[in-house]
Amino acid sequence: MVIAGFSLAPVLPEFILAVGALLLLLFGAVAGERLTKVVYEIAIVILGVVLLTVIFDKRGESISFDGAFVDDPFSHFMKVLALIGSIATLIMSIPFLRQQGINKFEFPILVMLSTLGMMTLISAGNLIALYLGFELMSLALYVIAAFHRDDGRASEAGLKYFVLGALSSGLLLYGASLIYGFTGSVNFAVIGTALQGNAGIGVVFGLVFLSAGLAFKMSAVPFHMWTPDVYEGAPTPVTAFFATAPKMAAVAITVRVVITAFPGIVAQWQQIIIFISIASMLLGSFAAIGQTNFKRLMAYSAIGNMGFALVGLAAGTEAGVFGVLIYMLIYLVMTLGTFAAILAMKRKGLNVETISDLAGLSRHNGPMAFFLAMIMFSLAGIPPLAGFWSKFYVFQAAIQANLFALSVIGVLSSVVAAFYYLRIVKLMYFDEPVEAFDPMSPAVNVVLSLAGVFVLLFTIWPGPFKDAATVAAHSLF
Amino acid sequence: MTIGLNQYLIVAAILLTLGIAGIILNRKNIIVILMSVELILLAVNLNLVAFSSYLGDLTGQVFGLLILTVAAAESAIGLAILVVYYRNRGTIAVEDINMMKG
Repeated sequence: MVIAGFSLAPVLPEFILAVGALLLLLFGAVAGERLTKVVYEIAIVILGVVLLTVIFDKRGESISFDGAFVDDPFSHFMKVLALIGSIATLIMSIPFLRQQGINKFEFPILVMLSTLGMMTLISAGNLIALYLGFELMSLALYVIAAFHRDDGRASEAGLKYFVLGALSSGLLLYGASLIYGFTGSVNFAVIGTALQGNAGIGVVFGLVFLSAGLAFKMSAVPFHMWTPDVYEGAPTPVTAFFATAPKMAAVAITVRVVITAFPGIVAQWQQIIIFISIASMLLGSFAAIGQTNFKRLMAYSAIGNMGFALVGLAAGTEAGVFGVLIYMLIYLVMTLGTFAAILAMKRKGLNVETISDLAGLSRHNGPMAFFLAMIMFSLAGIPPLAGFWSKFYVFQAAIQANLFALSVIGVLSSVVAAFYYLRIVKLMYFDEPVEAFDPMSPAVNVVLSLAGVFVLLFTIWPGPFKDAATVAAHSLF
Repeated sequence: MTIGLNQYLIVAAILLTLGIAGIILNRKNIIVILMSVELILLAVNLNLVAFSSYLGDLTGQVFGLLILTVAAAESAIGLAILVVYYRNRGTIAVEDINMMKG
């Protein structure tokens, strides 16, 4: 562990992203509408450069800015996931936004700023950095939720997200203030040493409020109310972004907070996490059954998936964190694949969103139906696809930690959830075909195919992912 | 009676409760919700400054200043989204935010 003081080297990726976003904003404002496409391309290149900087950063662990910024393998792993989510959604969004007439140059810049917030959040080492990263991420997200400003549903989605988001960041802050007051520090490591088995009522209250704010961003029950409406109302590429990158950051910071700041009071936070986890899994499984809108269905699916990811965290062990990391990796890929398919659901230039539009897809577009079916089987957790392993590792960790009730409820709700995933497969392969979709744009096709191939091949070649996740999980303990 | 840490914490807790109640109970106007959010942030700042003074540690006040800054940005974005919403729907009553179920 290196104490790097105020050195800029650990924040190099964030630095590139921040400066890049600001310069690009200037460029976009000067260049005007003609060069919007160039702004998108530069944004994707900058995010790609940042991704490579994070991947090839071999400096090891370091703590800089007086403990506010932690640079370790765990943060690298989650930053890579968040960046992949941002890049993939940006690539897929260009044709959609152009067709809707909302391809403004601000969109990629807002995505970059939001990604910068996520990276700060993932690396946060104290409550102040946590709050600032959280807000930078959220403020950009509120704006892109309402990005289609002439569309009533999109602005309603933005408004709902803003009101509930502002409430949740207020709760998070109140929790942070109580934790600061009753432990005397904002630094996670110092809080961790101050709290050894004797949490007062103030700290427990603070912990509850803090978890409420974080659960909101993860869209975990009981703070999930915004998810279905925002997923349905926001433009589809924005929904794809919401479903991937911010979830990575929220889960990462939740894991970091409970593991590094509250290791002394496991009994207290474990109850909260177990409650959130069980409630999310059950709601995600049952509420999705009646949905007909694919985006809304994916919202409930996201709620359920967050519940499963938290099963690993509830274990509170290194194996549990390893499970969460693998879960988030596979969830990211499956979600990107599914949203690529939703973006491809287009007839005569208009996007359609209900799942009945998928009927008989296998007859018109065999590859798309096949890859989407594989992703659906994987989401349902059917071996030997990737989704099976993600659930396997979190439940294995939970059973090793003697959380039998949690595991049994998890497996049962996973069975219920399989119903609506398999219904989509049945629609595509066995129902009477409806009209064919328009040809897919190449970007969407590539994302869908890559996601499908990953889901199929993870079982055969999981080595590099498991190695990275093992190192990342180990760095927190 | 001297005013100690407890009194500050109680006032902050009351402000927080008022803010949350304002968001949940209000059925009329979204501007009131924005005001309630500010009330919550005010409660947090009071808490932080009281703790900072009690602990003799400046971190809480620095945190408070940062919250003030972010709160300003947050209200600006909230009002901007509200204007966009009003242009589309011609109303800002909370009861009318119901194009999507839920």
